[in-house]
Amino acid sequence: MITATRRRRSTAPPALRLAGVALAFLFAFPGVYLVYRALRDGTGPDGLLWSARTLGPLWRSLRLAVSVSACALVLGTGLAWLTARTDLPLRRLWRVLLPLPLVYPTFVGAAAFIRTLNPGGLANDLLAYIGITTVPELRGFFGAWLVLLLMTYPYVYLPVAARLRQLPGSLEESARMLGDSAFAVFRRICLPHAGTAIGAGTLLVFLYTLSDFGAVQLMRYDTLTRAIATNHLANPPVALALSLMLLVLAAAVVLAERWFSRRLPDGARSGSNRPLDYRLGRWRPAAVAAVGLTVFASVAAPFIALVDWAQRGVLRSVTGERALAVDYGSIADATFNTVWVSVVAAAISVAAVLPIAMLVGRHRSRTGSLAHAVVISTFALPGLLIALSMRFWVLRTDMVLELLGDTTVLLIFAYIVRFGSLAMGISVVAVRSVPDRLHDSARLLGAGPVRRFFTVDMPVMGPALGAAGGLVLLSVMKELPISLFVSPLDFSTLTTRIFGSFEDAFIAEAGLMSVILVVLSFALTWFFVVRRQDHT
Amino acid sequence: MLATSAALIASACGSARTLEGPAAAIYDGECADAGERQLTVYSGRTENLIQPVLDAFECETGVDVAVRWGASTDLALLLAEEGDRTSADVFLSRSPGPVGFLENKGLLGTVDAGVADLVDGENRSGSRTWVGFTGRKRVLVYNLDNVADSDLPASVFDLTDERYRGRVAIPATNGSFVDWFTVFRHQHGDDAVTHWLDGMVANDARYYPNNRSIVEAAGRGEIDMGLVNHYYQYQVAEAIGDGHRAANWDFAGSDIGSLLIITAATVTAASEHTAAANEFIAYLLSAPVQQYFSSETLEYPLAAGVAPADVLPSLGGPEVGSLDFDSLGEGFARSTEIIEASGILNE
Repeated sequence: MITATRRRRSTAPPALRLAGVALAFLFAFPGVYLVYRALRDGTGPDGLLWSARTLGPLWRSLRLAVSVSACALVLGTGLAWLTARTDLPLRRLWRVLLPLPLVYPTFVGAAAFIRTLNPGGLANDLLAYIGITTVPELRGFFGAWLVLLLMTYPYVYLPVAARLRQLPGSLEESARMLGDSAFAVFRRICLPHAGTAIGAGTLLVFLYTLSDFGAVQLMRYDTLTRAIATNHLANPPVALALSLMLLVLAAAVVLAERWFSRRLPDGARSGSNRPLDYRLGRWRPAAVAAVGLTVFASVAAPFIALVDWAQRGVLRSVTGERALAVDYGSIADATFNTVWVSVVAAAISVAAVLPIAMLVGRHRSRTGSLAHAVVISTFALPGLLIALSMRFWVLRTDMVLELLGDTTVLLIFAYIVRFGSLAMGISVVAVRSVPDRLHDSARLLGAGPVRRFFTVDMPVMGPALGAAGGLVLLSVMKELPISLFVSPLDFSTLTTRIFGSFEDAFIAEAGLMSVILVVLSFALTWFFVVRRQDHT
Repeated sequence: MLATSAALIASACGSARTLEGPAAAIYDGECADAGERQLTVYSGRTENLIQPVLDAFECETGVDVAVRWGASTDLALLLAEEGDRTSADVFLSRSPGPVGFLENKGLLGTVDAGVADLVDGENRSGSRTWVGFTGRKRVLVYNLDNVADSDLPASVFDLTDERYRGRVAIPATNGSFVDWFTVFRHQHGDDAVTHWLDGMVANDARYYPNNRSIVEAAGRGEIDMGLVNHYYQYQVAEAIGDGHRAANWDFAGSDIGSLLIITAATVTAASEHTAAANEFIAYLLSAPVQQYFSSETLEYPLAAGVAPADVLPSLGGPEVGSLDFDSLGEGFARSTEIIEASGILNE
């Protein structure tokens, strides 16, 4: 049934290869920093690195990352299929809502989950009303697993949905006419064609879970990032060695995923004809319930807590009890900064990973695979390390310091290094979805490489690249350590303001700005990602 | 930033500018013209608490202040990476540990004697590398519905008792807890303290990552009580209202559980604006600013004879400064080791 064939391997143009190497070099600075420090400072007191104090957390990190990514694979793919290929009611609404969990900064998001769902929380009255009086407490492995799953499934959902919406319905239609059941169609047509996207998304969930500190910390699940954090002051060389361990682990997983995904078919077909809407029939209520429950747990539950915090504060300031500790003018500044840096960082991220994606997806180049591994494994590093290594290099490179010190250029560059990986997977899928024969025809008609890129590649890749940019956008909006440490002095974003309020329990102010952040993400997701996809 | 806009407004309207909001309570005079002087502050104290003080300082002195915000621990790491190339002149730390870390690395300069003398000897370093500017007291936060008055302990040592099984939260990785733990070790010795922590773990004490999450959980009844800094309870109670069912309990006067932990101001070794830096630290210790900390942020003032707010438990317990504070940085590693070994992080 699958019409796709293994793509022929063509030699990459030297300019493209050069670009790939240069980009890999730029993305490598946190890794180079870790290696440099490990060589210079050693790995700390003898034996500490390989003691139970660090191996225990390493094991827990792995266990959590495997469980979360396996479940995110199923949940994200299922949601993508339901919203992209079926007649699920309210699809447009779900498409805007489902990516939103990405925008909760984990330190606030996890606290908001706890506030709503844990014993004594906001949902308790509601649950008691329907007869549920004892709720399990979100903590430890279970709590960390649930919160991270709910916050990371969009890493799978977004690329897979973008891919599935491109698949022509004709394939499925023929399969069904030949008597395949709905599930068989899904397994034989959708799954292989979306395989690369699923793999890339799951990889991101795995790496994100390794790097997360906010959620595991609030859920009190003792992972490697906690060990890194406590050793930073107590035993700095151990902290750096553990981070290097994290990076090596990530690189190994990334290379394994590449090896695996090269064995999947390309599915080099893209849809000019309308995708098929599979009729859910009697499964409709169940499907709506599943999607609705996901949205409730992942988007609404934390949002309820944020709104609750915010409304008390606003009410309090209106009745004159106590003014909010932040003024609306400074919130407006932070909002404006958040929007422009995240939009710019997202756009450049997509442009920056595209050459590497072309090397990997079109030319199957080894240089490309290497650059790809560098970009993606960086995603496993905690943001604080990227911020610290950035400051370290900038202050030791006089030319950069003089030209760019204390400018937003460095901030945006650091964001791209931190989150460019998010755009990579989808971009590779997008590149591979452009059929070779289109290129051949265009070449015969005399179109040069640049013209071919804009007239042949871009129209086909557009929606997927939009999703790629969307992933980066939502993540930059909530980024904290880089926003605090690499930004120019006195430059604030919504996240830095939320942090400033939340740390010292100014909950109302934190809630108010988080609500703004979520609403803003909702609008931007609709504007940049969903609206475009609906037009194609 | 603020000074520039002040100048703009003044020239445009032809009238001098004054401050508004909480900053006006610190300084209500006309703002000085912005001069050439600059100061860069790395602040581990958060924006909502300290911005009014910075605004007042800028207005009153005309010094242009730029700030980098962050958690004290993270900022200490950043300062260590930046080394002698940092642009920071002043580092404000929420707890002593990060200060000790920087001191051990030789990254702190000295505060002028005249400024350091504004606080009592026990609240500053003998070598004048840091000066305390407010205090936060360790207390026990407890749930009002689940804990009877007769159940409240006189000492932290009581908490290993059977009747507290599974009821007590410990913020074991939190900076001020680790600092408290280090002082605890200095006073009672490693053996006694390790024994206490092991006893807490055996008694099913539960780990939480920070003070704020414990206060919030105690308010919901998720946990009965927890060892925290006094300050969070007031903020959370105000934010959540009557639904927050928790209060602070002060251990008996001399108990280590009621230790006062100071927040510290330091000048970096690399600072090129030491005069403005000292002026700023002196400003933090002036009567209006100490009064602001006392009445607005509900911390313990340390200078200018300002009294603590009435709602706060009275002082009288040990103070962190009176102990061997300068070795806190080194003690940090050992404390972390004992805490990790106890297994509390998996509770």
